[in-house]
Amino acid sequence: MTPELLADLTAARAAKRPVVMATRLPGGEQMLLPAEGVDAELAAAAQRALDRDESGTVRIGNTDWFLHAYNPPMRLIVVGAVHISQALVPMAAQMGLSVVVVDPRRSFATEERFPNVTIMTDWTDEAIEALAPDVRTAVVTLTHDPKLDDPALDIALKSPAFYIGSLGSRRTHARRLDRLRAMGHSEEALARIKGPVGLDIGAVTAPEIALSILAEFVAARRNAELFAREAKAG
Amino acid sequence: MSDSQDILSLATAWRSAGEQVAIATVTETWGSSPRPAGSQLAVTVSGRMAGSVSGGCIEGAVAEAAMKTIASGVPQLLDFGITDERAWEVGLACGGKLKVFVEKLA
Repeated sequence: MTPELLADLTAARAAKRPVVMATRLPGGEQMLLPAEGVDAELAAAAQRALDRDESGTVRIGNTDWFLHAYNPPMRLIVVGAVHISQALVPMAAQMGLSVVVVDPRRSFATEERFPNVTIMTDWTDEAIEALAPDVRTAVVTLTHDPKLDDPALDIALKSPAFYIGSLGSRRTHARRLDRLRAMGHSEEALARIKGPVGLDIGAVTAPEIALSILAEFVAARRNAELFAREAKAG
Repeated sequence: MSDSQDILSLATAWRSAGEQVAIATVTETWGSSPRPAGSQLAVTVSGRMAGSVSGGCIEGAVAEAAMKTIASGVPQLLDFGITDERAWEVGLACGGKLKVFVEKLA
């Protein structure tokens, strides 16, 4: 890899711009995509690699190209600077996720409780709106407080976020769904919310609950069979 | 969520610190290869190593090839698998096959 290409790749990643490093095999000539004047088939293959978030070798004409997809990190928006979040945030960071903690209660949302993570103390709906969840974003609400969770879920449901989870018992969750229904959300939309949040692994402690949430996040991201089954069961 | 991205950052930092660095990247896999395409291993002449391209079966052989690439500047495309004659030295216990591209970080 030439210093110029490495600099371009580093700059793209710093700017959170999705790019593909294309390497001609076996010779090793490289270019960074998307770029002007590139073969249309190669450009389309590069876009596919980004969409699927999957690197691999493709044959175009008589040439093998290794397409290395560099997508920006997936995002996890955690609503509630609570005890479980304190366990969840470092675990999510370890998984390479870009994490934002949202809580307007400044006594909870402190740097001391959440070092090295972006904290937003705006009202939760405004924060989620500003963060604009996309298909590579997960939103998890953990406050237990409808005043904080509901507005966040309201906005998250209007976004293409790929995973939405909400902490609370089945009873709490049923009441939550009633409130969101009253706000005009369809059953189909409400079915997107994983509640109670997390895989049912019998988690008790904060780190255990964090693990169950991240396990469900992975299942959703990887289209794991168990996730499809759960989704079907509703 | 690809950890290969961190390997590249680390390799870049090593390079900036004056190390001679090669990066090995899995370009294609067949069967039950433990690491997906895009997985990376960075090695330096001084003996530093980070990341992986398999479950540990072929890292030694890849590192050896990387030294040649660092010396010559010429990239290599390595084949590993049970049908390969290398299997006697560095076969994949899992029965998988993979290709690894080795390049120098200039």
